[in-house]
Amino acid sequence: MENFLWIIPAAPLAAFIVTILFGRTYLKQNSHWLGIIGVGISWVLSIVTFTQVFSLEKGQALNNRLFTWMDTGRYDFDALQFNVGINLRADHLTAMMLLVVTTVGLLVHIYSTGYMHGEAGYYRFFSYLPLFVFSMLMLVLADNYLLLFVFWEAVGMCSYFLIGYYFRRDSANNAAMKAFWTNRVGDVGFGLGTMLVWTTFGTFQYTEVFRLLEEKTGTGEVGKGLITAICLLLFCGAVGKSAQFPLHVWLPDAMEGPTPVSALIHAATMVTAGIYLVARSYPLYDLSPTARTVVACVGIFTAFMAATIGLVQRDIKRVLAYSTVSQLGFMCFALGVGAYIPALFHLMTHAFFKGLMFLGSGSVIHGMHEEQDLFKMGGLRKHMPITAYTFLIGAIAIAGVPPLAGFWSKDEIIASTWRAGYPWITVIAIFTAGLTAFYMFRLYFLAFEGKERFDHEHVHPHESPPAMTWPLIILAVPSLVIGALVGLPPDEGKIHEFLGKAVSMDALEAFPKLSEETTYIFFAISTAVALAGIGLAYLMYIRKAPNPVTIGERFHALWAFLWHKWYFDELYNAVFVQGTKALGNGLWIVDVKVVDGFVNGLAQTVNRGSGRLRRVQTGFVANYALAITLGAVLIVGIYLLTRGNIIDQLFG
Amino acid sequence: MTNFPLLSVLLYLPAVVALAMLFVPNMSAQTVKYLALGTAIVCFVLSLIVVFSATNSAALQWEENINWLPDIGLRYHLGTDGLSTLFILLTTLSSIIAIVASWDSITTNIKAYYVTFLLLMTGMLGVFTTFDLVLFYVFWELVLIPMALIIGVWGSANRVYSAIKFFLFTLAGSLLMLVGIVVLYTEYFNRTGTRTTDLLLIAKESPNFSMTLQLWTFASFFIAFAIKVPMFPVHTWLPDAHGDAPTPGSVILAAVLLKMGGYGMIRFNLTMFPQAAREFAGPVLTLSVIAIVYGALVAMVQPDMKKLVAYSSVTHMGFVTLGIFSFNPQGFQGAAMQMFSHGLVTGGLFLCVGVLYERAHTRQISAFGGIATWMPNYAGVFMVFMLASLGLPGLSGFIGEYLSTLAAFRLDNKLYASITMFVVIFAAVYMMWMYKRVIFGEPREEHKNFPDLTPVELSTLVPLILATLFVGIYPTPLMHLLTPVINVLLAPIVGGGGIASLP
Repeated sequence: MENFLWIIPAAPLAAFIVTILFGRTYLKQNSHWLGIIGVGISWVLSIVTFTQVFSLEKGQALNNRLFTWMDTGRYDFDALQFNVGINLRADHLTAMMLLVVTTVGLLVHIYSTGYMHGEAGYYRFFSYLPLFVFSMLMLVLADNYLLLFVFWEAVGMCSYFLIGYYFRRDSANNAAMKAFWTNRVGDVGFGLGTMLVWTTFGTFQYTEVFRLLEEKTGTGEVGKGLITAICLLLFCGAVGKSAQFPLHVWLPDAMEGPTPVSALIHAATMVTAGIYLVARSYPLYDLSPTARTVVACVGIFTAFMAATIGLVQRDIKRVLAYSTVSQLGFMCFALGVGAYIPALFHLMTHAFFKGLMFLGSGSVIHGMHEEQDLFKMGGLRKHMPITAYTFLIGAIAIAGVPPLAGFWSKDEIIASTWRAGYPWITVIAIFTAGLTAFYMFRLYFLAFEGKERFDHEHVHPHESPPAMTWPLIILAVPSLVIGALVGLPPDEGKIHEFLGKAVSMDALEAFPKLSEETTYIFFAISTAVALAGIGLAYLMYIRKAPNPVTIGERFHALWAFLWHKWYFDELYNAVFVQGTKALGNGLWIVDVKVVDGFVNGLAQTVNRGSGRLRRVQTGFVANYALAITLGAVLIVGIYLLTRGNIIDQLFG
Repeated sequence: MTNFPLLSVLLYLPAVVALAMLFVPNMSAQTVKYLALGTAIVCFVLSLIVVFSATNSAALQWEENINWLPDIGLRYHLGTDGLSTLFILLTTLSSIIAIVASWDSITTNIKAYYVTFLLLMTGMLGVFTTFDLVLFYVFWELVLIPMALIIGVWGSANRVYSAIKFFLFTLAGSLLMLVGIVVLYTEYFNRTGTRTTDLLLIAKESPNFSMTLQLWTFASFFIAFAIKVPMFPVHTWLPDAHGDAPTPGSVILAAVLLKMGGYGMIRFNLTMFPQAAREFAGPVLTLSVIAIVYGALVAMVQPDMKKLVAYSSVTHMGFVTLGIFSFNPQGFQGAAMQMFSHGLVTGGLFLCVGVLYERAHTRQISAFGGIATWMPNYAGVFMVFMLASLGLPGLSGFIGEYLSTLAAFRLDNKLYASITMFVVIFAAVYMMWMYKRVIFGEPREEHKNFPDLTPVELSTLVPLILATLFVGIYPTPLMHLLTPVINVLLAPIVGGGGIASLP
């Protein structure tokens, strides 16, 4: 029954292989078909998987074992065995991820046929996209940490391809490399984490690891320190992939990629892999309050920092990018307080409404002839109504106004944080939620409402073709209703019932449940803060009272600080980039002058000693024959010599 | 069938063909090329027989053990086990590719070139199949001379300097090894009254030698191999040798010659001196980690593509010694996989550099930019090798690097693995940065006439890509080849102490 799982990733993989090999010469502007069909198959099978998983009990999963990837052998003298299989496993968590990835993936494929229409690298785009979907599906289907790591790197590679899609543009290439390199910084920790998992448990398999975890903590063989170390190392990877401080710097630059890519990879799916990783490892994190505190602090700091940067950016995609970083921060601190399911709930709702808004921004950019500056837009609602209204739905959803999707998931996170006894995080989170509502509506008002600030002679905004608007409309539906549909009542909704069969929240549930009044108070506060943010944005960007320009001038230092993104890029460039370059150059000089100088000197001594040797290097075979003969004589000579007791002389 | 001297046939076929070429006058260049290619293909087929006849036991296959010079105890002792098999396969495969790569790029002294190359093949195959120390030494030296000639005669600008450097470095090492062989021979005779240079016989007796003697002889072999690998700080011949070798020379140098060092360490050092190996582990691991980090950092700032790839070899080969001297199964598997993979990937990278050199006659990174526009197939192929080189999972490079690092991580001192792991960043930096400057960016008019990959070039690169993918996705068969060898090798090193108690 469950042996079909392999087809889910295999279908887009097949699409990739055929498209990359035959796209440029044969498929050309038809290159999208295989990708759409492949991802379509995955989508259908994901639904099948979902329905099958639905009836499973807690702890059960569909398994599809494929083949042994690596096996270093079994030895009498070694207690540990290294044997890693390419095995797929779909439990409730995976089933949810599959649905999110394939749904957004399919819509982005369809959307891209419009957005990328006529591009020279059309086939390339539609090869990388299914390759990404394949990697992402494998990432969530993997049944062990090493395989997860493999596809973790693979999605990073696809991200590199797609950010650098416009390879003639230097900024795109640099952004692509920056993304890959920054992620690899996190992967140093993640890689070591997988190793520590294996040396501790002798396996990479999730179920085995968690079973042994219980066993070995019971006997005291595995202590708190070790678990904390594993958690923190794994989290390094999550910090990179999910763009958390201090490795968040790559994600805003990743907007150099085509907008559908930003929607799929850099908003809805790949960047949530870090959240998935931590949630997947919940039994480990549950046992390490230290690690969870770190996760929570990183998360809340990122959420706040990114939101403040988002307040002042002018580029429509950059605002969305910082918003993504900020929302990932929300998920991250939710994980940190032990609220794994609310984090995953927010992951899902965010995938829909942020995917929607990114695709919407793509539609705007498309209609505005590649213009991305918000201050050169305005009043676009009249020209592109579908884009505007669907975008508005997304904006309300992320702002956290009931009953749209974002409200339910975000509110659950905030309430759980309070419940877990982190009042200061709760306060910052609520404030950040207000900032979110503000900058999102700043974006909406600047782009779609108010005066038209674009150059009417050259720019004629128009609504996008149906291939692009339909995905917007489809994504608007879950953005509207999914929160209320699966999130009600709070903490006991269908999403909890479903994911609860794969993820437990023992650490959080050790705290007393919030009373009904408290829940309602949080409802009220969240709604009020969201409305306040929207209201302030309205006053500033529609009424111009208070005027944002005057405020910016009055608090110029603060504005510059935010505009320059807290100066992280400048700092990293000065310290790491220049530092590494200097180190490399310095070592090269050392290599040529010192190391080579020394051995060259040695060689020259030998050279002088054997005078004629240099002249041997003339390329005459006869000379070499002579050398061989001499060598042979030497062997025999030494042999004769050593019949005496050279050993005694040498080592006496 | 097992009585058939398959290894001897495999070994001497290239040499015999080479001699035939020498003595038949007026052979056309075309005939010489096809003859060489045919020989390489036959060797490859023979090596496949070796691969598929491999068994699960550690006993030698296709063994030939003849009393050669009974007076001094020399035996003609050939055989293969899993380890040999792996490298025989790598050698014959790379030889075919190098010969095809020579097809259009070697235009002077064609006959002499292929004669030299075929002799080189005999030498390389001999190194990987011999179980007698003196015989091994003969083949080891036999490899040296043709390779130095290939660099010195068919190389580029600074070729003579580089060839001498290569020659002297290796010679210095092998002379030390020769002393070691003589010492072992004498000591064995003193203890048993029998004269022999047979590896397996000596290995049985050598653990009883005095520790001082074991340490010294270990060092004499080790230095010879370390130069070949090359380990820091005796790596400096490598960038020069690669920088000036013709493309096929670089391919063979990277794919096979460096592997002779790693192979030698496992085959000779560890087999004969398990105790001494443990004593040396600390310093060797430290030097390995230095090589890994240092090579990557220096590679990063190279202005010449070929030297960049050469320094990346220093990094990659550092993983080999790291894996070997971690003394656990993952380390051995990692080292072997890393060597195999490095042969494929670095061979591929050198071919890629060669493709551009053929067209532009320069290897300076700054001379290029925007190549992807003119040569899209080339860009794609180069991308695969670039990604494999930076250790992307799914391609071959990852297997060896991960396993070797994991092996080091099993040691009590986690510093080795932790520092090594940082190289995943630097490797990505130097490879991607080079790739970007050469392949991406605005296309330049001066490269407009560069043709995309020719069928000949594709026929060298595509097999390497397929092999890289295969090793990356399904390395298990290769690993199973090695399992029995590891079982025999590691047991005496690990001893009763268990794996984690090592340095």
